[in-house]
Amino acid sequence: MRIGILITHIRAEEKLLITAFQERGVEPDIILDRDLNFNITAGPEQLAPSGVPWQAYDLIMERSVSTSRGLYALAILNSWGINTINRYDTAATCADKLRTSVALAQAGVAQPATRVAFDPDTTLQALDNLGYPAVFKPVTGSWGRLLARVNDQDAAEAIIEHRQTLGDYNHHTYYIQEYVNKPGRDIRAFVIGDRTVCAIYRTSPHWITNTARGGQASNCPVTPEIDALCTAAAKAVGGGVLAIDLLEDADGQLLVNEVNHTMEFRNSSAPTGINIPAEVVAYALSQVRVTA
Amino acid sequence: MTSNATCPECDADVNIPADAMENELIACADCGAELEIISLDPVELELAPEVEEDWGE
Repeated sequence: MRIGILITHIRAEEKLLITAFQERGVEPDIILDRDLNFNITAGPEQLAPSGVPWQAYDLIMERSVSTSRGLYALAILNSWGINTINRYDTAATCADKLRTSVALAQAGVAQPATRVAFDPDTTLQALDNLGYPAVFKPVTGSWGRLLARVNDQDAAEAIIEHRQTLGDYNHHTYYIQEYVNKPGRDIRAFVIGDRTVCAIYRTSPHWITNTARGGQASNCPVTPEIDALCTAAAKAVGGGVLAIDLLEDADGQLLVNEVNHTMEFRNSSAPTGINIPAEVVAYALSQVRVTA
Repeated sequence: MTSNATCPECDADVNIPADAMENELIACADCGAELEIISLDPVELELAPEVEEDWGE
Protein backbone atom coordinates (compact mmCIF):
# COMPACT_ATOMS: atom_id res chain seq x y z
CA MET A 1 0.00 0.00 0.00
CA ARG A 2 1.37 3.41 -0.92
CA ILE A 3 0.06 6.53 0.78
CA GLY A 4 1.17 10.11 0.20
CA ILE A 5 0.57 13.11 2.43
CA LEU A 6 0.53 16.42 0.60
CA ILE A 7 1.71 19.20 2.87
CA THR A 8 2.93 22.78 2.89
CA HIS A 9 5.02 21.97 5.94
CA ILE A 10 4.69 19.68 8.92
CA ARG A 11 2.59 21.09 11.74
CA ALA A 12 1.42 19.26 14.82
CA GLU A 13 -1.50 17.70 12.92
CA GLU A 14 0.63 16.34 10.09
CA LYS A 15 3.14 14.90 12.54
CA LEU A 16 0.35 13.19 14.45
CA LEU A 17 -1.08 11.76 11.21
CA ILE A 18 2.31 10.50 10.03
CA THR A 19 2.83 8.82 13.39
CA ALA A 20 -0.66 7.30 13.23
CA PHE A 21 0.07 5.86 9.79
CA GLN A 22 3.37 4.44 11.06
CA GLU A 23 1.54 2.83 13.96
CA ARG A 24 -0.62 1.05 11.38
CA GLY A 25 2.49 -0.16 9.55
CA VAL A 26 2.30 2.38 6.73
CA GLU A 27 5.18 4.76 6.01
CA PRO A 28 3.60 7.61 4.06
CA ASP A 29 5.52 9.58 1.46
CA ILE A 30 5.76 13.26 2.36
CA ILE A 31 5.00 15.40 -0.68
CA LEU A 32 5.64 19.11 -0.38
CA ASP A 33 3.23 21.32 -2.29
CA ARG A 34 6.11 23.68 -3.10
CA ASP A 35 7.68 20.82 -5.13
CA LEU A 36 4.62 20.12 -7.26
CA ASN A 37 5.21 20.48 -10.99
CA PHE A 38 2.28 18.94 -12.83
CA ASN A 39 2.16 18.36 -16.55
CA ILE A 40 -1.55 18.87 -17.05
CA THR A 41 -1.69 17.22 -20.46
CA ALA A 42 0.23 14.15 -19.36
CA GLY A 43 -1.33 11.50 -17.18
CA PRO A 44 -0.82 9.98 -13.78
CA GLU A 45 2.15 7.99 -15.00
CA GLN A 46 4.28 11.11 -14.49
CA LEU A 47 6.42 11.18 -11.40
CA ALA A 48 5.39 12.83 -8.16
CA PRO A 49 8.10 14.82 -6.33
CA SER A 50 8.68 11.65 -4.30
CA GLY A 51 10.01 9.98 -7.47
CA VAL A 52 7.06 7.61 -7.60
CA PRO A 53 4.46 7.76 -10.40
CA TRP A 54 1.29 9.40 -9.16
CA GLN A 55 -0.71 6.40 -10.31
CA ALA A 56 1.21 4.19 -7.87
CA TYR A 57 -0.49 5.91 -4.93
CA ASP A 58 -3.46 4.19 -3.38
CA LEU A 59 -4.35 7.40 -1.60
CA ILE A 60 -3.16 10.98 -1.27
CA MET A 61 -4.14 12.72 1.93
CA GLU A 62 -4.28 16.44 1.25
CA ARG A 63 -3.06 18.45 4.25
CA SER A 64 -1.77 21.64 2.62
CA VAL A 65 -2.20 24.69 4.78
CA SER A 66 -2.35 26.57 1.49
CA THR A 67 -5.94 26.20 0.38
CA SER A 68 -5.26 27.11 -3.24
CA ARG A 69 -2.39 24.65 -3.62
CA GLY A 70 -4.39 21.90 -2.01
CA LEU A 71 -7.47 22.54 -4.12
CA TYR A 72 -5.66 22.61 -7.44
CA ALA A 73 -3.66 19.52 -6.58
CA LEU A 74 -6.87 17.68 -5.72
CA ALA A 75 -8.49 18.83 -8.97
CA ILE A 76 -5.61 17.37 -10.97
CA LEU A 77 -5.24 14.18 -8.97
CA ASN A 78 -8.95 13.42 -9.03
CA SER A 79 -9.04 14.08 -12.79
CA TRP A 80 -6.47 11.30 -13.08
CA GLY A 81 -8.61 8.98 -10.99
CA ILE A 82 -6.34 9.11 -7.96
CA ASN A 83 -8.05 8.53 -4.64
CA THR A 84 -7.75 11.47 -2.26
CA ILE A 85 -8.94 12.61 1.14
CA ASN A 86 -10.75 14.81 0.81
CA ARG A 87 -12.17 14.76 -2.69
CA TYR A 88 -11.82 17.92 -4.76
CA ASP A 89 -15.56 18.56 -4.92
CA THR A 90 -15.84 18.44 -1.14
CA ALA A 91 -12.78 20.61 -0.61
CA ALA A 92 -13.91 23.17 -3.18
CA THR A 93 -17.29 23.48 -1.49
CA CYS A 94 -15.82 23.80 1.98
CA ALA A 95 -13.11 26.26 0.93
CA ASP A 96 -15.79 28.74 -0.12
CA LYS A 97 -18.21 29.82 2.58
CA LEU A 98 -20.76 30.95 0.04
CA ARG A 99 -20.72 27.59 -1.72
CA THR A 100 -20.91 25.86 1.66
CA SER A 101 -24.02 27.88 2.51
CA VAL A 102 -25.60 26.94 -0.81
CA ALA A 103 -24.88 23.25 -0.22
CA LEU A 104 -26.28 23.40 3.31
CA ALA A 105 -29.39 25.22 2.10
CA GLN A 106 -29.95 22.65 -0.64
CA ALA A 107 -29.75 19.89 1.96
CA GLY A 108 -32.01 21.71 4.41
CA VAL A 109 -29.31 21.92 7.08
CA ALA A 110 -29.86 24.68 9.65
CA GLN A 111 -27.46 27.61 9.34
CA PRO A 112 -27.43 31.28 10.32
CA ALA A 113 -29.48 33.64 8.14
CA THR A 114 -27.12 34.52 5.32
CA ARG A 115 -27.22 36.98 2.46
CA VAL A 116 -24.89 37.67 -0.42
CA ALA A 117 -24.55 40.91 -2.38
CA PHE A 118 -21.99 42.36 -4.75
CA ASP A 119 -22.63 46.09 -4.65
CA PRO A 120 -22.09 48.44 -1.68
CA ASP A 121 -25.60 49.91 -1.71
CA THR A 122 -27.19 46.50 -2.12
CA THR A 123 -25.05 45.18 0.70
CA LEU A 124 -26.46 47.84 2.99
CA GLN A 125 -29.95 46.75 1.95
CA ALA A 126 -29.00 43.16 2.70
CA LEU A 127 -27.81 44.23 6.14
CA ASP A 128 -31.14 45.95 6.74
CA ASN A 129 -32.83 42.71 5.74
CA LEU A 130 -30.72 40.78 8.25
CA GLY A 131 -30.73 43.38 10.98
CA TYR A 132 -27.84 44.54 13.14
CA PRO A 133 -25.53 43.28 14.51
CA ALA A 134 -24.34 41.29 11.54
CA VAL A 135 -21.11 39.65 10.50
CA PHE A 136 -19.04 40.17 7.37
CA LYS A 137 -16.97 37.18 6.34
CA PRO A 138 -14.60 36.75 3.43
CA VAL A 139 -15.85 33.88 1.26
CA THR A 140 -12.42 32.29 1.52
CA GLY A 141 -10.26 32.41 4.59
CA SER A 142 -9.76 30.74 7.90
CA TRP A 143 -8.62 31.11 11.48
CA GLY A 144 -11.06 33.95 12.06
CA ARG A 145 -9.23 36.30 9.73
CA LEU A 146 -11.04 39.37 8.44
CA LEU A 147 -14.29 38.65 10.23
CA ALA A 148 -16.08 41.84 11.13
CA ARG A 149 -19.07 42.22 13.41
CA VAL A 150 -20.92 45.41 12.58
CA ASN A 151 -23.35 46.81 15.10
CA ASP A 152 -24.80 49.59 12.97
CA GLN A 153 -24.81 51.11 9.50
CA ASP A 154 -21.88 53.44 10.26
CA ALA A 155 -19.64 50.47 10.94
CA ALA A 156 -20.97 48.62 7.90
CA GLU A 157 -20.24 51.55 5.62
CA ALA A 158 -16.67 51.68 6.93
CA ILE A 159 -16.09 47.97 6.31
CA ILE A 160 -17.57 48.20 2.82
CA GLU A 161 -15.46 51.22 1.90
CA HIS A 162 -12.29 49.54 3.13
CA ARG A 163 -13.05 46.36 1.24
CA GLN A 164 -13.90 48.24 -1.95
CA THR A 165 -10.72 50.31 -1.70
CA LEU A 166 -8.17 47.93 -0.25
CA GLY A 167 -9.43 44.48 -1.17
CA ASP A 168 -9.14 42.56 -4.41
CA TYR A 169 -12.22 41.30 -6.21
CA ASN A 170 -12.64 38.47 -3.72
CA HIS A 171 -13.50 41.04 -1.08
CA HIS A 172 -16.15 42.63 -3.29
CA THR A 173 -18.38 39.63 -2.74
CA TYR A 174 -20.25 40.51 0.42
CA TYR A 175 -21.15 37.41 2.37
CA ILE A 176 -22.98 38.51 5.47
CA GLN A 177 -24.71 36.63 8.24
CA GLU A 178 -26.91 37.38 11.17
CA TYR A 179 -24.89 37.66 14.37
CA VAL A 180 -25.74 34.64 16.47
CA ASN A 181 -25.64 35.57 20.14
CA LYS A 182 -24.03 32.35 21.24
CA PRO A 183 -23.31 31.55 24.90
CA GLY A 184 -19.61 32.46 24.91
CA ARG A 185 -18.67 29.37 22.99
CA ASP A 186 -19.19 27.45 19.81
CA ILE A 187 -18.90 23.77 19.04
CA ARG A 188 -16.43 22.08 16.76
CA ALA A 189 -17.38 18.56 15.81
CA PHE A 190 -15.20 16.11 13.94
CA VAL A 191 -16.91 14.00 11.32
CA ILE A 192 -15.01 11.11 9.82
CA GLY A 193 -16.94 9.26 7.18
CA ASP A 194 -20.47 8.90 8.50
CA ARG A 195 -19.65 9.33 12.20
CA THR A 196 -19.27 12.31 14.47
CA VAL A 197 -16.33 10.94 16.43
CA CYS A 198 -16.07 13.74 19.01
CA ALA A 199 -16.65 17.43 19.58
CA ILE A 200 -15.23 20.28 21.60
CA TYR A 201 -16.57 23.50 22.96
CA ARG A 202 -14.42 26.47 22.04
CA THR A 203 -14.92 29.02 24.78
CA SER A 204 -13.78 32.61 24.59
CA PRO A 205 -14.77 36.00 25.98
CA HIS A 206 -14.34 37.27 22.41
CA TRP A 207 -17.11 36.69 19.88
CA ILE A 208 -14.54 34.97 17.64
CA THR A 209 -13.97 31.63 19.33
CA ASN A 210 -11.45 29.94 16.99
CA THR A 211 -8.69 28.20 18.92
CA ALA A 212 -6.30 30.03 16.55
CA ARG A 213 -7.65 33.19 18.19
CA GLY A 214 -7.42 31.96 21.76
CA GLY A 215 -10.58 29.92 22.21
CA GLN A 216 -10.19 27.26 24.92
CA ALA A 217 -11.07 23.66 24.07
CA SER A 218 -13.12 21.41 26.34
CA ASN A 219 -15.11 18.26 25.71
CA CYS A 220 -18.56 18.57 24.21
CA PRO A 221 -20.60 15.39 24.44
CA VAL A 222 -21.85 14.30 21.02
CA THR A 223 -25.60 14.26 21.46
CA PRO A 224 -27.89 12.61 18.90
CA GLU A 225 -28.85 16.14 17.79
CA ILE A 226 -25.23 17.15 17.22
CA ASP A 227 -24.47 13.90 15.43
CA ALA A 228 -27.49 14.18 13.16
CA LEU A 229 -26.78 17.81 12.25
CA CYS A 230 -23.06 17.25 11.67
CA THR A 231 -23.42 14.14 9.58
CA ALA A 232 -26.09 15.90 7.53
CA ALA A 233 -23.74 18.87 7.03
CA ALA A 234 -20.89 16.57 6.05
CA LYS A 235 -23.10 14.74 3.58
CA ALA A 236 -24.27 18.07 2.13
CA VAL A 237 -20.72 19.03 1.17
CA GLY A 238 -19.76 15.60 -0.12
CA GLY A 239 -18.42 13.87 2.97
CA GLY A 240 -14.96 12.81 4.05
CA VAL A 241 -12.84 14.01 6.97
CA LEU A 242 -14.39 17.26 8.12
CA ALA A 243 -14.65 19.63 11.05
CA ILE A 244 -18.10 21.14 11.48
CA ASP A 245 -18.45 24.38 13.43
CA LEU A 246 -21.78 24.83 15.17
CA LEU A 247 -23.36 27.82 16.86
CA GLU A 248 -26.00 27.64 19.59
CA ASP A 249 -28.53 30.44 19.20
CA ALA A 250 -30.45 32.10 22.03
CA ASP A 251 -33.17 29.44 21.79
CA GLY A 252 -30.63 26.65 21.99
CA GLN A 253 -31.02 25.70 18.33
CA LEU A 254 -27.86 24.45 16.68
CA LEU A 255 -26.76 26.07 13.44
CA VAL A 256 -23.94 25.01 11.13
CA ASN A 257 -21.50 27.86 10.83
CA GLU A 258 -18.69 26.38 8.76
CA VAL A 259 -17.36 23.13 7.40
CA ASN A 260 -13.58 22.73 7.26
CA HIS A 261 -11.94 20.25 4.91
CA THR A 262 -8.34 20.35 6.23
CA MET A 263 -9.19 20.27 9.88
CA GLU A 264 -6.89 21.09 12.74
CA PHE A 265 -7.23 18.92 15.82
CA ARG A 266 -4.07 19.25 17.89
CA ASN A 267 -6.00 20.61 20.88
CA SER A 268 -8.97 18.28 20.60
CA SER A 269 -7.80 14.73 21.31
CA ALA A 270 -6.89 15.47 24.95
CA PRO A 271 -10.22 16.98 26.09
CA THR A 272 -12.33 14.47 24.16
CA GLY A 273 -10.28 11.36 24.90
CA ILE A 274 -10.57 10.40 21.24
CA ASN A 275 -7.41 9.70 19.26
CA ILE A 276 -8.44 11.80 16.27
CA PRO A 277 -5.40 11.10 14.07
CA ALA A 278 -5.87 7.36 14.63
CA GLU A 279 -9.52 7.70 13.62
CA VAL A 280 -8.56 9.64 10.48
CA VAL A 281 -5.95 7.06 9.51
CA ALA A 282 -8.33 4.16 10.13
CA TYR A 283 -10.84 5.84 7.83
CA ALA A 284 -8.16 6.52 5.21
CA LEU A 285 -7.06 2.90 5.20
CA SER A 286 -10.68 1.74 4.94
CA GLN A 287 -11.10 3.97 1.90
CA VAL A 288 -8.10 2.35 0.24
CA ARG A 289 -9.66 -1.04 0.79
CA VAL A 290 -13.02 0.20 -0.46
CA THR A 291 -11.62 1.60 -3.69
CA ALA A 292 -8.95 -1.03 -4.36
CA MET B 1 19.01 12.51 20.70
CA THR B 2 18.42 16.23 20.57
CA SER B 3 20.68 18.57 18.64
CA ASN B 4 21.14 22.28 18.35
CA ALA B 5 21.07 24.81 15.56
CA THR B 6 21.21 28.56 15.30
CA CYS B 7 18.11 30.67 14.87
CA PRO B 8 18.38 32.52 11.53
CA GLU B 9 16.44 35.41 13.05
CA CYS B 10 18.22 36.07 16.36
CA ASP B 11 21.28 33.78 16.41
CA ALA B 12 20.12 32.01 19.57
CA ASP B 13 20.66 28.28 20.00
CA VAL B 14 17.59 26.32 18.98
CA ASN B 15 17.01 22.89 20.43
CA ILE B 16 15.98 20.35 17.80
CA PRO B 17 13.92 17.55 19.38
CA ALA B 18 14.97 13.97 18.83
CA ASP B 19 11.77 13.19 16.93
CA ALA B 20 12.00 16.25 14.69
CA MET B 21 11.18 15.81 11.01
CA GLU B 22 12.33 17.63 7.92
CA ASN B 23 9.91 20.41 6.98
CA GLU B 24 8.54 20.53 10.50
CA LEU B 25 7.78 23.90 12.00
CA ILE B 26 9.35 24.80 15.33
CA ALA B 27 9.57 28.01 17.31
CA CYS B 28 12.71 29.75 18.53
CA ALA B 29 12.44 29.88 22.31
CA ASP B 30 14.36 33.17 22.42
CA CYS B 31 12.72 35.35 19.78
CA GLY B 32 9.58 33.34 19.04
CA ALA B 33 10.27 33.21 15.31
CA GLU B 34 8.57 30.36 13.50
CA LEU B 35 11.21 28.23 11.83
CA GLU B 36 11.17 25.38 9.35
CA ILE B 37 13.63 22.53 9.62
CA ILE B 38 14.96 22.37 6.08
CA SER B 39 17.46 19.61 6.79
CA LEU B 40 18.22 17.34 9.73
CA ASP B 41 21.69 16.15 8.71
CA PRO B 42 23.17 18.65 8.95
CA VAL B 43 20.54 20.65 10.77
CA GLU B 44 19.48 23.65 8.73
CA LEU B 45 16.77 26.10 9.72
CA GLU B 46 14.99 28.78 7.73
CA LEU B 47 12.39 31.30 8.71
CA ALA B 48 9.00 29.78 8.02
CA PRO B 49 7.03 31.49 5.26
CA GLU B 50 4.63 34.24 6.29
CA VAL B 51 0.99 33.28 6.58
CA GLU B 52 -0.82 33.91 3.31
CA GLU B 53 -4.43 34.91 2.83
CA ASP B 54 -5.47 31.46 1.67
CA TRP B 55 -3.89 29.58 4.55
CA GLY B 56 -6.14 27.76 6.94
CA GLU B 57 -8.33 24.77 7.46
